[in-house]
Amino acid sequence: MQRSFWSRFSRNRGAVFGLVVLGVVVLAVVLGPLIAQHDPWDMVGMPFLGPFAESALPLGTDTLGRDILSGMVAGARVSLLIGVVSTVVSLLIGVGIGAVAGYFGGWVDAALMRFTELFQAIPSFALAIVMVAIFQPSVQSIVVAIAIVSWPPVARLVRSEFLTLRQRDFVAAARLAGQSTPRIILTQILPNAASPIVVMASLMIATAILLESSLSFLGLGDPNLMSWGYMVGSARSVLRQAWWMAFFPGLAILLTVLALNLVGEGLNDGLNARADGRR
Amino acid sequence: MIATVNFLLVRAAPGDPVSIMAGEAGATDEQFVAQLRQQFGLDKSLSTQLFTYLGHVLRLDLGYSYRQQQPVVDLIIDRLPATLLLTGTAFVLSIVFGITLGAIASRHAGRWIDSAITVLSLVFYATPLYWLAMMAVLVFSVKLDWLPAFGYFTVGADLTGSAKLLDMARHLVLPATTLGLFYMAVYARMTRASMLEVAQMDFVKTARAKGVPEGRIQRRHILRNAMLPVVTLAGIQAGSMIGGAVLTETVFAWPGIGRLMFDALLQRDYNLLLGCFLFTAAMAVLFNLLTDLVYTLVDPRIEL
Repeated sequence: MQRSFWSRFSRNRGAVFGLVVLGVVVLAVVLGPLIAQHDPWDMVGMPFLGPFAESALPLGTDTLGRDILSGMVAGARVSLLIGVVSTVVSLLIGVGIGAVAGYFGGWVDAALMRFTELFQAIPSFALAIVMVAIFQPSVQSIVVAIAIVSWPPVARLVRSEFLTLRQRDFVAAARLAGQSTPRIILTQILPNAASPIVVMASLMIATAILLESSLSFLGLGDPNLMSWGYMVGSARSVLRQAWWMAFFPGLAILLTVLALNLVGEGLNDGLNARADGRR
Repeated sequence: MIATVNFLLVRAAPGDPVSIMAGEAGATDEQFVAQLRQQFGLDKSLSTQLFTYLGHVLRLDLGYSYRQQQPVVDLIIDRLPATLLLTGTAFVLSIVFGITLGAIASRHAGRWIDSAITVLSLVFYATPLYWLAMMAVLVFSVKLDWLPAFGYFTVGADLTGSAKLLDMARHLVLPATTLGLFYMAVYARMTRASMLEVAQMDFVKTARAKGVPEGRIQRRHILRNAMLPVVTLAGIQAGSMIGGAVLTETVFAWPGIGRLMFDALLQRDYNLLLGCFLFTAAMAVLFNLLTDLVYTLVDPRIEL
């Protein structure tokens, strides 16, 4: 099993590329202080210093003379943190609602799906903006806002998996053996629905990072944390004079999100043996 | 339903507008604050306020922007044409190019052109909209000086007739393209996957066995049947595009609803912010209904 997963995963060259990029980002987070010695908020040089002008500040400085490389390393931590945590929260909501709807069916299913559709109909980015604006920008409010706008697809996916899985023989066997309903849901059906959820989760982290960066671009980031979106946003007014201030953080977002999407596709190839052979 | 959620969000907003306004006017007089509060009906109970609010929404009254001294509805209607022009153009561009690219990729699946389109759409799918917009400004307005970077038309140029239209079109190119590229990527990927799936089906084999020309098979047999999921997605996203326009309109100073929302955000004008949100949500629901109608056109088998 282990071996065939890796061989299928690594056959997808894009996925391997994604994994490498992701590895670099994670490394930057872990080794942060070694790569960038400056506090991202400290003024360490002349403002508007171009990239590659000074070896101590390889990517230049921003409008206040803060080191851009240090900001990007600090931003990597924030992006990954918010991406992962908000995905976990929305998985909890989505799996919970989807599992209950799919397992019980009937009016429970109908009601829960109506509820899900309502959330799907609301434009997610606009809702996220409004929620963060009203509950004041902070890590918590951003995570909650992203989770609330991104759980509906999970619920739908989990529901459809549960609808088919609950009719399988092993579920009937577990029921005959007298297992309780929560136990059947958690230990019998859920593990069998895990692969598509894992694939979806990796794509959701990518979307969450994009959402977080868009929010902080608009000035709705946590005011105490340096983030990629904030860096691009604050460089907006000086775009004509200083292209590098917006370019590098934006490139970091692009590469990270791209990498996560590619890894998601690789996971799909790796975990889903049936999709093999069709390209 | 959405309106109720909206109202609760308004009430959850920190700092009531009255004390902010009073603070700005330099007045800290308790009596003045109380008078303002009564004037705006903020002294009544929460449930009374909710019912008043719902009644107003039904009459298309989204409240008053305390900041801009204008009703929210007027502000939104004022900005509506610009947003519809931008999102409409972006929507058409993304659908046309997305489906075309997806169809080309699926027809030449596995060859270099397929890989090129796949890579391109993956990259655009991962690019932050606002960053793409800024880079486009940098290249096409600052470096090459081909296209204007800001606004809706040239201020003070006083153009008329076709010159005015051309001027507006030139202003539209960058915002519409950057907004459309992300969605184009989504539709291209979706069309490709959907067409490859349909191409495996029996009726396609039958058509091929009958000797139907390949171009006709691709267009009439495969593409038409593969359109359904793409249309579904496009309908869902047409509404969300207006939300996404917040970013594009902010970068290009495009005077639409998205920009209005951003300004409301900066000024903490919650009434206006929520009015915009409610309006966007209503538009999204409307587009979903329209999609159902389009279904019947694309696929005659479906009945409403």
